[in-house]
Amino acid sequence: MSGVAKQQGKQMTQKRNLKRYLPLYLMALPGMLYLFINNYMPLPGLVLAFKKFNARKGIFKSDFVGFKNFKYLFATKDAFIITRNTILYNVIFIIVNTVLAIFVAILLAEMTSKIKKVYQSAILLPYMISMVIVSYLVFGFLSTENGFINNSILRPLGKDPVAWYMEKKYWPFILVFVSAWKGVGYNCVIYLASILGIDRSIYESAAIDGASKWQQIFKITIPMLKTTIVMLTLLAIGRIFYSDFGLFYQVPQNQGALFSVTNTIDTYVYRGLLELGDMSMSSAAGLYQSIVGFILVLGSNLVVKKIDPDYALF
Amino acid sequence: MRTRDERNFQIFAHVIMIILSLLAVVPFALLVISSFTDNDTLVANGYSFTPEKWSTYAYEYIFKTGNSVMHAYGISIVLTIVGTLAALVLTTLLAYALSKPDLPGRSIMLFLVFFTLLFNGGLVPTYMVYSNMLKMKNTFWALLVPGLMMNGFNVMLMKSYFCSSIPGEILDAAYIDGASEFQTFSKIALPLSKPIVATIGLFSGIAYWNDWMNGYIYLTKRTDLYSVQNLLNRMMQNIQYLSQNSAHIQDAGVGLASIPSVSVRMAMATVGVLPILVSYPFIQGNFVKGITLGGVKG
Repeated sequence: MSGVAKQQGKQMTQKRNLKRYLPLYLMALPGMLYLFINNYMPLPGLVLAFKKFNARKGIFKSDFVGFKNFKYLFATKDAFIITRNTILYNVIFIIVNTVLAIFVAILLAEMTSKIKKVYQSAILLPYMISMVIVSYLVFGFLSTENGFINNSILRPLGKDPVAWYMEKKYWPFILVFVSAWKGVGYNCVIYLASILGIDRSIYESAAIDGASKWQQIFKITIPMLKTTIVMLTLLAIGRIFYSDFGLFYQVPQNQGALFSVTNTIDTYVYRGLLELGDMSMSSAAGLYQSIVGFILVLGSNLVVKKIDPDYALF
Repeated sequence: MRTRDERNFQIFAHVIMIILSLLAVVPFALLVISSFTDNDTLVANGYSFTPEKWSTYAYEYIFKTGNSVMHAYGISIVLTIVGTLAALVLTTLLAYALSKPDLPGRSIMLFLVFFTLLFNGGLVPTYMVYSNMLKMKNTFWALLVPGLMMNGFNVMLMKSYFCSSIPGEILDAAYIDGASEFQTFSKIALPLSKPIVATIGLFSGIAYWNDWMNGYIYLTKRTDLYSVQNLLNRMMQNIQYLSQNSAHIQDAGVGLASIPSVSVRMAMATVGVLPILVSYPFIQGNFVKGITLGGVKG
């Protein structure tokens, strides 16, 4: 075959390929374009963390200040508080929600009555509603003037009303409770699916050997769940630097008196950007979160992959 | 054969589950009951499960004077429908293209999708892009576009569904028969993927209905574009503001009367959560399936 013919042949395959693949590229285009706008176009803006933001000059023409923003950020006690709150709350949420979800999932799996579907639906319901509605529900109980707790529980007991939205000592408990209330149903579904995947014949032979219900649960179900527990926990640890903005912002109703126990990295970044106009601090804290978060996701995924590649993200 | 041990366990399980189910549902009951309580009773006794005097005043007030509620409802409905459709179109098309193993450049595109799950610029740069570069602030686009329209996780989920559940031979056969790529997608791949399409549609729909963040950040002037969540959010903030500054406000002559009364607030929240409560029995089965589908990796 002469060189010219080869060249032509190549061109023809390319043409055919283009004709074949063009529709697929067109189908991929809107989605890729969206990712470009929503996820990639913001990335250059991260340099703002190294600049002294000047609205008139814009992001890219603002003066470069190196690590000064980070130095200021970590010199404040805010940096410690938001890091501590974000991590500690996440750790408690992981423990409480996992234990409760497994407990509920085991009970549901062992129940024989059909009514268990109703229980499951009830427990999953809070997962479906927005944090704004949650803040109304919490307000119904905790409002100082009209709340159920002050009016219908404390008053009949002859106790003084509590200004719940002013007293920070209660909030760690309230937030853990709300997080469990909203999230346990979701985790429970996952664990339930895992339990239903366990071979029933193991239980049958254990029962023949005289194992009680509780023995079966502790000796069979929980050990069999170990992989799922480890995986879900590791993946949650990968997200430990991120907090549910709605939970920490809406539910305490952005009350200044509560900041030391409700401020997380996400609420700090938000307030810096939109309430205080402190762009430099806000973007420094944001970059701090993005980078540490990235490292944690990679790290936890690495561990997951070592244990069981099926659960790994990549 | 039911042993005593078994019976005791079942009783124990029922007791615990009844308590937990009540805990999950009771706050909603308080909300709904409060919305049907006479306002004076509420002010005197607070929110209660057993009000002295019932009233439908709050709902009459909303339907007579509450144009803003109905308007916000309209926005939420349009937003949810348009958003869910857009999410489904973007996600299914991209996932379908990525499910073709021989597509040149596929691995680069997969990486670009996947990377969004690991790293993101966060609020500040995203805000800059949508408000300063794309000028979406105070437009309907701000409710629709940022963050919610598509996410890498759903794309990966759907891509693996396409790869594992649709036999390549069927697609090849269709292609040989002269079906175009788009026809194969819409006539073969989509109908075979109903469960995952339903799941992603459901999750997107709920995400759009529940979202308050986009409106809160980007709608600084156009309160006429508020969704139900934004309206409720604004109202709660006004209440907080007034209760903290009531002394000033009375001086300024703006009475507490200008904000909706105690029962009206609860009625508005009830109306806001109603679509979820009403549709819940029908969607929850699909929702549970969706969680198990994506749950392990979600």
